[in-house]
Amino acid sequence: MLASIQRIFRNGAINFYRNGWLSTATISIMVLTLLVISSLMILSITTRVAVETLQNKIDITVYFSKDATEDKISEVTSELNNLGIVKNVEYISKEDALSKFKERHKDNSLLLQSLSELDDNPLPSSVNIKAKDPSNFANIVSFLESGSAKDMIDKINYYENQTMINRLTRFISTTRQLGLALIIVFSTVAFLVSFNTVRVAIYTAREEISIMKLVGASNWFIRGPFLAEGFLYGLIASIVTVAIFYPVLSFASPYINAFLPKADIYNYFKENFFQFFGIISAIGVGIGVISSLIAIRKHLKN
Amino acid sequence: MIVFENISKIYPNIVALEKVNLKINSREFVTIVGQSGAGKSTLLKLLTVEELPTEGRVLLDDVEINSLKSRDLPSLRRKISSIFQDFKLLSNKTTFENVAFALEVAGKSREEISETVPQVLELVGLKNHFNVFPHQLSGGERQRASIARALVLRPDIIIADEPTGNLDPLNTWDVIRLLVKINELGTTVILATHNREIVNTLNKRVISMDKGRIVRDEENGRYIL
Ligand SMILES: Nc1ncnc2c1ncn2[C@@H]1O[C@H](COP(=O)(O)OP(=O)(O)OP(=O)(O)O)[C@@H](O)[C@H]1O
Ligand SMILES: [Mg+2]
Repeated sequence: MLASIQRIFRNGAINFYRNGWLSTATISIMVLTLLVISSLMILSITTRVAVETLQNKIDITVYFSKDATEDKISEVTSELNNLGIVKNVEYISKEDALSKFKERHKDNSLLLQSLSELDDNPLPSSVNIKAKDPSNFANIVSFLESGSAKDMIDKINYYENQTMINRLTRFISTTRQLGLALIIVFSTVAFLVSFNTVRVAIYTAREEISIMKLVGASNWFIRGPFLAEGFLYGLIASIVTVAIFYPVLSFASPYINAFLPKADIYNYFKENFFQFFGIISAIGVGIGVISSLIAIRKHLKN
Repeated sequence: MIVFENISKIYPNIVALEKVNLKINSREFVTIVGQSGAGKSTLLKLLTVEELPTEGRVLLDDVEINSLKSRDLPSLRRKISSIFQDFKLLSNKTTFENVAFALEVAGKSREEISETVPQVLELVGLKNHFNVFPHQLSGGERQRASIARALVLRPDIIIADEPTGNLDPLNTWDVIRLLVKINELGTTVILATHNREIVNTLNKRVISMDKGRIVRDEENGRYIL
């Protein structure tokens, strides 16, 4: 058993080497496929980062009336957190609000002076709410307006921003769907191109396959070397892909960063090198082996 | 013993074999002659189960081979080896590897392979051509390589379908002498040929076919069409 597995791999490696030109052509196509898939991975990550950045910019602020105590507000905060659709609640006390206000207007001495003439801090305390998904804001607002806290709420800046929030929400979900569609379409095309190339490689061997059958080779004995060859195609193609991918990415990453400062794609791929290589070689080997398996079936029928 | 029992083979618009009955004993040397299209190759392909009969049965030692499952065909084909007019060598394997392949397929050990293959290649006169590819061999050498591959598993039966069709007279006789020698060592040989000289010189059993039927079957026969 072990001997015959060894034999199969040896035969596969020999075929691979002796069909040098065909192997090179097949691997080149697979490298293109894997580069497309890698680029799609970049696309998917940048889309995700872009969407997250955008989402982080959307929030609503709840202003409380003067008599709302800190205890009651923290009660509301924990209720919000328990809703499960809230990503983050930030409490801004009257004092915080005041110091922020001063900071923001530190060049406007007239304003600051008139402020200091008041005995009381005129600014309300507030909470700043970010939703896990922007479409949740409507629910959060209606929860606040109907719940126990409604009496101490002075104002929610939702309705002014509602159209803006809805528009952004729609934009985000369209971007996501578009990204997903692009990934599906392109990876399907890339897979089919690779599959066809492997099929052609096996087609050229159909004569050999029928001879092997006549000599009394079992189907697995015939199939084995082709699968080993497909495995080698995939492995080598993924090594080449990674070897091309990293230099190109390091070159391109300043340009991507200019658009999306938070993305830092190159570092992301550097830190996840083994994971990335693992995924790419799994895809490469998968395409190589599965294409061979499918392509050879036809030739093994009697 | 091989028995063809009431065999017909009908292709969509042609009757290739019609009610053929034939027995071939083990260790026999049989030649099959007939005009082009008479059905010789079709008859032989039934033995290797490359084709199935439309009607009738093919028996090998009482086993009905036309109803074997496809997973049983490899072991049948190790008992019945074939030699072809176009050699059918694996083009990306060397002479040595082509012969070794038949043994690998049968799961023989590496030691046995490295011992047997040189012996057989020497027997067919190819001991100086181990490590070259088929396209680097002459026609006669290629046919001898394919005979070596057919021999190496010591099959019970060797089927040779016009093995000399592409060879010059000298190589033709080399191949025929080899087949006779193999037969003397105990292997059944079934030879289909158009070569009158071979048939008349061999002086063995001759089966003549015409339009899918057996029209003559004689011991020590001659080439008559
Ligand atoms: N796969 C096929 N499909 C349809 N018809 C076929 C097929 N194989 C053979 N035939 C037909 O069957 C008949 C017998 O063919 P076969 O190859 O057995 O002849 P043959 O005696 O070997 O001829 P030759 O001496 O030229 O090799 C021929 O008329 C041929 O056209
Ligand atoms: Mg023929």
